[in-house]
This record gives sequence, structure tokens and C-alpha cells, in this order.
Amino acid sequence: MIWLLGGILLIAGSGIPGLLLRRDGNAGERLACVLLLGGILLCGVPLAAAFTGAPAAFSRPWTVPAGRFAVGLDSLSTAFIAPLLLVVAAGAIYGLGYWPQRTHPGSGRKLRLFYGLVSGAMLLLLTARNGLLFLAAWETMALSGYFLITCEDRLAEVRRAGYIYLIATHCGTLALFGMFALLGQAGGTALFPPAGALPAVGSALIFLLGLFGFGMKAGLMPLHIWLPGAHAAAPSHVSAVLSGVMIKTGIYGLVRLTSFFAEIPAWWGWTILLLGALSGILGVLLALAQHDIKRLLAYHSVENIGIIALGLGLALLGRSYAQPALVLLGLSGCLLHVINHGLFKALLFLSAGSVIEAVGSREIDHFGGLLKRQRWTGLFFLGAAVAICGLPPFNGFVSEWLIYLAAFTPLQRSDPALFPALLAAPVLALIGGLALACFVKVFGISFLGAARSAGAAEAREAPPAMLWPMGALLLACAWIGLLPTSLRPLLERAAGDWLGAAALPPLAAELAPLGAISLAAWLLLALLLLVGWGLGRRSRGLPREVGSWGCGYRVATPRMQYTASSFADTLVRLFRFGLWSSYRGGRVDGLLPEATEFAVRTPDPVLDRTLGPTFALLGRLFQRLSCLIQNGTAAIYLLYIALTLLVLLTLLPR
Amino acid sequence: MISRIVLQLAVLLLFAPLPLGVITKTKALFAGRVGPPLLQPYHDLARLWRKGFVFSRTTTWVFLAGPVVGLVVPLLAALLLPFGGLPAPLSFSGDLILFVYLFGLARFFTAAAALDTGSSFEGMGAAREVSFACLAEPTLLFSLLVLARGADRLALGDLLGPQLADRWSGGNGASLGLILVSLFVVLLVENSRIPFDDPNTHLELTMIHEVMVLDHSGPALGMVLYGAALKLMVQGALLVRLALPLQTGSQVLDLLLFLAGLLGLAVLIGVIESSMARLRLPRVPQVLVGTLLLSVFALVLVLR
Repeated sequence: MIWLLGGILLIAGSGIPGLLLRRDGNAGERLACVLLLGGILLCGVPLAAAFTGAPAAFSRPWTVPAGRFAVGLDSLSTAFIAPLLLVVAAGAIYGLGYWPQRTHPGSGRKLRLFYGLVSGAMLLLLTARNGLLFLAAWETMALSGYFLITCEDRLAEVRRAGYIYLIATHCGTLALFGMFALLGQAGGTALFPPAGALPAVGSALIFLLGLFGFGMKAGLMPLHIWLPGAHAAAPSHVSAVLSGVMIKTGIYGLVRLTSFFAEIPAWWGWTILLLGALSGILGVLLALAQHDIKRLLAYHSVENIGIIALGLGLALLGRSYAQPALVLLGLSGCLLHVINHGLFKALLFLSAGSVIEAVGSREIDHFGGLLKRQRWTGLFFLGAAVAICGLPPFNGFVSEWLIYLAAFTPLQRSDPALFPALLAAPVLALIGGLALACFVKVFGISFLGAARSAGAAEAREAPPAMLWPMGALLLACAWIGLLPTSLRPLLERAAGDWLGAAALPPLAAELAPLGAISLAAWLLLALLLLVGWGLGRRSRGLPREVGSWGCGYRVATPRMQYTASSFADTLVRLFRFGLWSSYRGGRVDGLLPEATEFAVRTPDPVLDRTLGPTFALLGRLFQRLSCLIQNGTAAIYLLYIALTLLVLLTLLPR
Repeated sequence: MISRIVLQLAVLLLFAPLPLGVITKTKALFAGRVGPPLLQPYHDLARLWRKGFVFSRTTTWVFLAGPVVGLVVPLLAALLLPFGGLPAPLSFSGDLILFVYLFGLARFFTAAAALDTGSSFEGMGAAREVSFACLAEPTLLFSLLVLARGADRLALGDLLGPQLADRWSGGNGASLGLILVSLFVVLLVENSRIPFDDPNTHLELTMIHEVMVLDHSGPALGMVLYGAALKLMVQGALLVRLALPLQTGSQVLDLLLFLAGLLGLAVLIGVIESSMARLRLPRVPQVLVGTLLLSVFALVLVLR
């Protein structure tokens, strides 16, 4: 445990020496990277032990009023920490090439300082076993996150995103303060109670406050308002950490919180299941309607949080209705998807960063034909896209498959009250189909076809410091997809940690035959390589010198290619009731029409369409009110004073 | 197990182009023509395999990945299904999800290969393909839920196994009938058949699947066509097994019955293609949503 605390300190402080070094030299950034990697290695020692099933704990009296300084590392924490270490390490190395201090002297040192701090704070948060310690780590993480998001604070858009993030995260923290206060009251101490120790009676408020606070961080649907802007504004490797790891702390909070209670009221599970379905479907639809690659990826985080919540909701229902198979499948699907999403979403953000760096734009319609210019980046993006769509043989399939199995469970064990949970399966299928449409769009429009802008035509491949971390992440994705059995013990133990004493059936052959999935994935890979090798051999070295078939039209230009918005148009119009896209122009009249313009935009339905106008209205209302009260006439102010005196005189005891 | 895999794949690879010939023949008979011989698809594939390639200058390796994935996926998916008397060589709990997602993988790469040409016609086809599939997938899942009701193991091999005949005659006949209709519609959409798509149309603007493979040539085009034939047979196998769950006891007889069922399905598709016009594209989603509701009814019926 000492190793872990040392590692956390080293990681959190990794940016500090750089503050004393030159702002435009590369010594500081290299030192920060080495310190961070060293810290990660230190943390890896206890993590490897926890992986093999040896939980660790550390507890010391401290001068802070409540309880003791307590940290612990069980399988549940390990499932969240393992992807964190990998993504943070990949992001740190990637940052050397992506955000060198030479070219970013204004923000380079700040970036390293808060990057280390946010990573250390997340590690502390995931191991904390004391409510106050958890809150301190939570707030450090949230504030460091703010400074990372506003790295380029000279841009108005970035400042706005940071501001919204700050408001959102503090609303969430407020709820968490309330939650931990109530929790402390129920348990009698600020220390986390052991799993299954608290009665569920009277804990509805604790759950609702936790759901709000943690859901805000995780980005569950109506609470996701800060997420798209913040992920788009931050530098790409920071977005990778925010989206891959930081939003998962919200899920960790929910999982940990629900583990405290002995029995779970059924409505908890139904609520989370419903929110998960909402986030999943609306998240992917909003992603489909975006043209900015980073906003699009951010909305996919909302979608994947939805999938994770579906798993968690099913597991909670399993506890309410005493169905161990449902608990095990749902929770392992949820945790595995946490790990998987951390890996492939980080990879997507990193490769998107490489593209943005090369082209100089975030608009998908400015890319095109990049696979020829950025061979490796394109390959990594493709791998991650296949993984996030949940397609075999990558890791996304395994976790979605576990959640599907959980969703099918109510069929076999007849409890009619559970039947609505079956709907999770078609919902997941709809999400999967839409995600596939979206990633075909992103990959096809960005990397295939002909270059759509001068920047894309002259794009250069990223330096090795950026490529190697991406390759490592893709390998990790493939590893879980091809050898899912290697994670089975961890998932089983994590489910055991969540349930406390109650015994669970093993995640073995008859319940979830991960071995068979592994076999099928290998078979698929082998067949693909074999047939691909055969076709590749026949077509090797053949000339590519004719144009694509254009129905007889010979002078097609790159501008005539299908665009991102036209690709998504069928689906966006089909689901317009949830998206509220705004269309402008595009009408063509007469036999010889004039040149015309067309634009389609999909602002966030919650932030831009609901909260924004509401608060603007309230603002105007209060302004009017304040004008009325503070109208500048001296007589009126005298009247206020007189009235106040009268009220005080009547109120005061004689 | 190896011998069962080889046998299953051999039946699939040898038989798959035949239903296409039957469909063409049926349509020719309806139009009062003689039509090409039944074995014409085999000759077409052989001819394409001997030809050379023509590549557009915008294409990359992804362009060839489309046909490769499109060919491999039905091969693997076929291993999860029983072919008449032949039990499924690969059968495990949850393989029905793998079945659905494998075809998702094929769709991903077919659409990506279409976008690789940089032609807006092919972009159009890719967009339509992925959009309509979004509506077909929930229907498929509802149908699988109906099939899986009461089963001990979520394996396609078991769900389509011998107990299916009892379910038809038991209380579940109505819901099985409903999902039979739903799955048939999904089959028509997925295999780009009339009324959703016309494989023989000559106007690029109105095509879905055919326009995606416009630029393929030679062996790659052959692989696309072969892949389409395999996909029709594999997805048809699910349907035929559901409609004809008879088990005579003799493996050979069962297999023959199953293959005859596939040919019957081909005739049915041919009759529909001859007697129906194509739907207008904006109507396709409406029909798909209608089918989705049908499968929801089936689920409600089976849960009652």
C-alpha cells in the first residue's frame, strides 16, 4: 500500500519540477513524463497483487476531524485503476509529441502540472475509504480538470466550456457533500461502511443525491451538459483522460455507493436502467448529428456511459429480485465496459488529435483521404472504431455481449416484474446500429475518399511519440477481445466485493462462455487474415490510375463527395423529435436556380435548447425585478429603511 | 468437431449460389421468359475469378477489406446454425448475439469500402444501408427474445433445435408466426431484395446495396457476389429452420428437407420480386418500424 501512496504522490507532483525550468525548453516536459511513468510503475506493484486477488488496505489516524486516513485496494477499485494507469501513461507520452513546450510555451507547464495532479487525485479517489478523503480527492480532480480544459484560455469558446464545466461539477459536488453527510449520519463515521452493511430503509435521499452528483460527473443524459464542450475544448490527450477515465469516477461512485446497502429497492435499478437507455440512444443520435470530430466523440462518451449504466441497472435489479446470475452478468458487463471504453475512447481521442494536428481543423468535412497520408493513425482509428461499435474481434463486443446476456436472463427465470428489463436488449441493438452508422461516417468521411481541403491533402503522419501510445492502446483492445478469459477472475472478484458476503455463481462456461467467444474471435481473425492475404496477393502492385465510377460524369471533384451531414441525414431526420436540428437554406427554385447555401446544426437539446433559454429568461426577469427595486429614487430607499425598521420593531422581543 | 465444421462449410459453399439461380429463374418464368440456366451464378463467379482488377485512384486497402469481411462473416456465422439434420458445429450460450454482431462487422466494412471510392453515389448507398440496418436490428433482437423464451441455453443451435416443433404446436404458435414474418422482412432488407432494394436496377440514385459495390471488379466483385449468396443462405437457414422444424431422424433426409426449404424460400423471394414494386425510399423506414411493432407484439404474446 505504501508503494501505491508513493506512486500517487509522485504522479501528483510530476509537473512541479517543470515549473522551475524553462517555459520553452523540453527538459521540464521530459522530467514530468519520467516522473509520471515512474509513479505509474510504483502503483503497478500493488495493482498486480490486487489483480491476483490480494486486497490491500492502509489506515492511519489523522488530525482531520472525521475518522481515520483510510485507503484500500480491492478488485472493484482495481477494475477502475488498471485502465486509468494505461491511459494516463499513454497520454503522457503522447503529450510529448502533441503539446511540446517549445511550440506551446504559454500553456505547456500548466498542462503538465495539472495533468499529474488530476491523475494523482483520481488514483486517490479510487482508493479512498473515507468520505472526507474521497471528497478532497474529488474536488482536486474537478479543479485540475478545469485548468486542463481551459488550457487554451485565449479562445472564447474554451472559456465558455470551462465555465459550464465548473458550474456543473460544483453542482455535483454540492450534492455529494449532502450525500456523504447523510451517509456519515447513517453509518456513524466518515469511513466507508463495508459492503452490504447499511439498511436501505430511509436511504432514498442518499441514493438520489449520489445519482445527481455522480451522474453529473459521469455524464448521464440530462446531466451531460458540460461534457461535449469540455471534451472538445481540451487538448486531445487531456480529452482522452477526461473521457476515458475521469467520467468513470462517476460510475465508480455509483457502484461503490450501491455496494454499501444490504438490500436495494427495485426503483433504484429501474431508474438507472432508464437513464442508461436514454443516455445511450440520445447520446449516439446527437453524436451522429455532429460535424466536429471531438464533440462527436464526446457524445459517444455519453452513449457509452449509457451502456455502462444499463449493465449497472441490470445488476441492481438482480439484487432487488434476488437473481445472482443477473447480478454477475450485469456487473461484469458494466465493469468490463468501463475498462473497454477507457481504452478505445482514449485511442479515438488520441488518433483524432493526430488528425487535428495534421489538418488544422476539427471539422470532419475538412478531412478526407487521410488513410493515404496517415497510414498508422488511420489504422488505429479504424481499430478503435470497430471496438467502440461493439464488433468482434475487439473488446467492445465482449462487454456488450455480457450486458446482452444479462438482459436475456429474465426470460429464463420467470419473474414477471422483471420482464420490462428485457427491453434493454433491443435498446442495446439500436444503440449498436446507430453507433455503427456514426463510426462508418467518421472513419469513411475522414480517412477514405479524396482529400476535402488543402490541409488534408498535405497532412503528415504523427511523430513516433504519438504513434507508440496509440499502438499500445490498440493492442490492449485486441487483447481483451481475443483473450477475455484473462479478465474473468478480476470481474468475478469485483462482483464479490460489490455484493459483500453473499455468494455468487462463477462466471463460468454455462453462464458466460468467454472461452468460446475467445475461440470465435481467433477464428474470425484467422479467416480474415487468410482470405485477405489471398486477395492481397492477387492484387498486389496493380496500378490505381482510373477515377471512381461517376455514372458517366468524368470531371468529379472532391467537393462532390458525400459529406458527413448528408451521410447522417436519413437518421437525423428520422429521429428529429429528439434532436431538434435546425436547418437553414437549401431551397432550390426554378429551372435555373441561383447559387444557394445550406447548413444544418444540432445544438445540445438540454444545454442550448432548454437550460440556456430558461436561465436567460430568469436572468431577464431578475434584472427587471432589480430595476424595479433599485430604481434610484431617494424617497423609495427611505421607504425601504422605514419598512425594515418597522418590521424589526415588531419582530424584536420587548 | 473439425469434420463437422468442414461438412457444414462444404454444404454452405457448394449450395449457396443455387438459390440465386432459382430466384432469377422464378422471375423469368413470371415474365414469360426462359431465363438463364439455374447454375448461371456458378459460371458468373468462375468467370469473375479469372478476370483482372480495376482500381480507382482514390482507393486504399480498405476497399478490398469490404469483400474479404463480407465473405468471411457468413462462413463464421454459418457455424452457429444447425443445417437441417446437421447440428451447429459451434454452439455456446450467447452465440445469438455473436451472430447479429458478425453481420454488423460485415456491414461496417462494406460501407467503409463504399466510402473509400469517394463517389457520392456509393456514399449514398452506404448511408442508406447503415440507416435501414439500425431499424432492422431491434426487430431481430425482439425476434431472438421470442425464440429464447423458456430455453435453458441462449445458443442458436438449441433455440432452433428439436424442441421448436413442440413450441409451434404448443401455445407459442402465434408469436412464432409473427416473428417468422418479421424475420422474413429483415431478411429482405439485409439481402437488399424487393420491395426494399432492387438488385437489378439500373439507376444508381435509387440503389442501396448494388451502388455500394459499383467500383468492385474481377475477383473482388466475385467475392462480393459470393458473400451475398452466402449471407442469403445463412440468414435464410435461420428462417427455414424456424418454419420447418421437422426432424425425421435421418440426417441425410433432414439435410435434404432443409435444402429444399431454402429453394422454396428462393421461389418465395422470386414470387415477391415479380409481383411487387419497389417501395419509395422514404417509405422503407415506415415499413421497418411496422415490422418492429409486429415483433414487439410477438414478445408480448410469448410473455403473457
